[in-house]
Amino acid sequence: MNKKASLGQRLCAAPHILWSAIFIVVPLLMVVYYAFTDASGAFSLEGIRRLSDYTTTFLRSLWFGIIATIICLVIAYPLAYVISQLKVKSQAVTIMLVMVPMWMNFLLRTYSWMTLLEDSGVINNILGKLGIGPFHMINTGGAVILGMVYNFLPYMILPIYTVMTKLDHSLIEAAQDLGANKLRVIRDVVMPSTRSGVISGITMVFVPSVSTFYISQKLGGGSFSLIGDVIEMQFQVSNNFNFGASLSFVLMILILICIAVMNRFGEKDENGGVII
Amino acid sequence: MKRRTGASSMVYLCLVLLFLYLPIFLLIVLSFNGTNSTSVMRGFSFKWYYELFHDDATIQAFYNTIVLAVTSAVTATFIGTLAAIGIDKMKKGLRKTTIMTVTDIPMMNPEIVTGVSMMLLFVFIGSILGMNGVLGFWTLFIAHVTFSLPYVILNVLPKLRQTDHNIFEAARDLGCTQISAFFKVVLPSILPGIFSGLIMAFTLSLDDFIISYFVSGPRFQTLPIRIFSMTKKRVTPDMYALSTLMFVTILVLLILVNVFQNKSDSSKKKEVGSDV
Repeated sequence: MNKKASLGQRLCAAPHILWSAIFIVVPLLMVVYYAFTDASGAFSLEGIRRLSDYTTTFLRSLWFGIIATIICLVIAYPLAYVISQLKVKSQAVTIMLVMVPMWMNFLLRTYSWMTLLEDSGVINNILGKLGIGPFHMINTGGAVILGMVYNFLPYMILPIYTVMTKLDHSLIEAAQDLGANKLRVIRDVVMPSTRSGVISGITMVFVPSVSTFYISQKLGGGSFSLIGDVIEMQFQVSNNFNFGASLSFVLMILILICIAVMNRFGEKDENGGVII
Repeated sequence: MKRRTGASSMVYLCLVLLFLYLPIFLLIVLSFNGTNSTSVMRGFSFKWYYELFHDDATIQAFYNTIVLAVTSAVTATFIGTLAAIGIDKMKKGLRKTTIMTVTDIPMMNPEIVTGVSMMLLFVFIGSILGMNGVLGFWTLFIAHVTFSLPYVILNVLPKLRQTDHNIFEAARDLGCTQISAFFKVVLPSILPGIFSGLIMAFTLSLDDFIISYFVSGPRFQTLPIRIFSMTKKRVTPDMYALSTLMFVTILVLLILVNVFQNKSDSSKKKEVGSDV
């Protein structure tokens, strides 16, 4: 049925192909080039060797990213189910309520958490009036993870909600009719059919969490610097592009591996809500 | 078929929403504070709103943000729509897979790596041309078009797949040229996809901080970058006023879009009822 595409149609993609080649492929090659050279442009493994100084930072980034992703999943999964059970009109409103905070500038929202968590901040003030506390919350690892969960939670809720709405309810009823209890229905029916949403949710939370740099500076107070902070410092403060590129290169490879592993768990599903 | 939603699930839903909105409400409350302390509330005042509107740098940054968002979104929509048409016509194979994979890179890669890689390219080109301070409007523009392109393409492609090729053929048989057949038949049916791609590109550009941070220079500041430099120090409450205004604008826009969609949905139903 598909006739041979005319020359005009074939040329349509040309601007995009050219654009992607120059502004996506070439920049990535530049990262690789800078990662393996020194300031004079000569081949050097100095940057890669120096990475070992930052093993703790890498491990901390991965660890915080994993914890934040798990917390998001634990909060979002039941929530998405609850939303998908609402009336259609209330579903639309609730999803809008979930999305509105995403459109607020994330710097301001993170900054707001800073004023909430401070030693003399809002939460400690309120607790103090009740005669509890004060608790030291800001500048802890927990505060950084809280910031990640807060900022990226909607990215977990939305894709899971999308697959939940496509859930076939006759399947659930069939399972119940066949004598499955609530737990078995969730384990054997709901979970397998929502896997694609969970996988894209995990990717969408994990990638920005691991690579973030603002949240850790504001809520971690400098003592919990993540890999993003180190990269940012190399480019914006120390002007060491080569080492910054080495760090970025390794971060990119790490995340690609994580995504590949994730995708092995879930069979590719065309309907998986990758896009919000 | 009505499913009952239990009280405990509603409590859970409200708790998560409270978590999402707590920092935003705090920002709104603080913006009306008479003093600039974050722990003491004294009086109600519009003082910070007044200061905000007399802060020339912030007003200029706001203006820059809008100009950048409009130009980059329109450009990305144009290139992306053309690309989608070209990709849709391509035969399955290595060429198509490669193009789609490269297109998706800015979506999958950590934003910080995208930002850093483009910065390396721009600085490199700048040093070849012997220009100091290449980073400015044009580098931001290129970066924003690049990260918006995949979203435009992914919004238009499914609409193209749904378009009935026979209608296009019919228009050709009835004497339309290829171009006029495209404008009369294909374009109207993919217009909703183009439109949502445009909106998405626009909002992504408005809100982007991480990539912009690496490809912008001191001469052209966007609002998120301005906010970043202000949150480095202790923030003055005119930032709270700014976030309140942003929140209200987003809310109003979303409500308008919702009302508009409901209207067009019901008018579509009427059309179908009377026409067919």
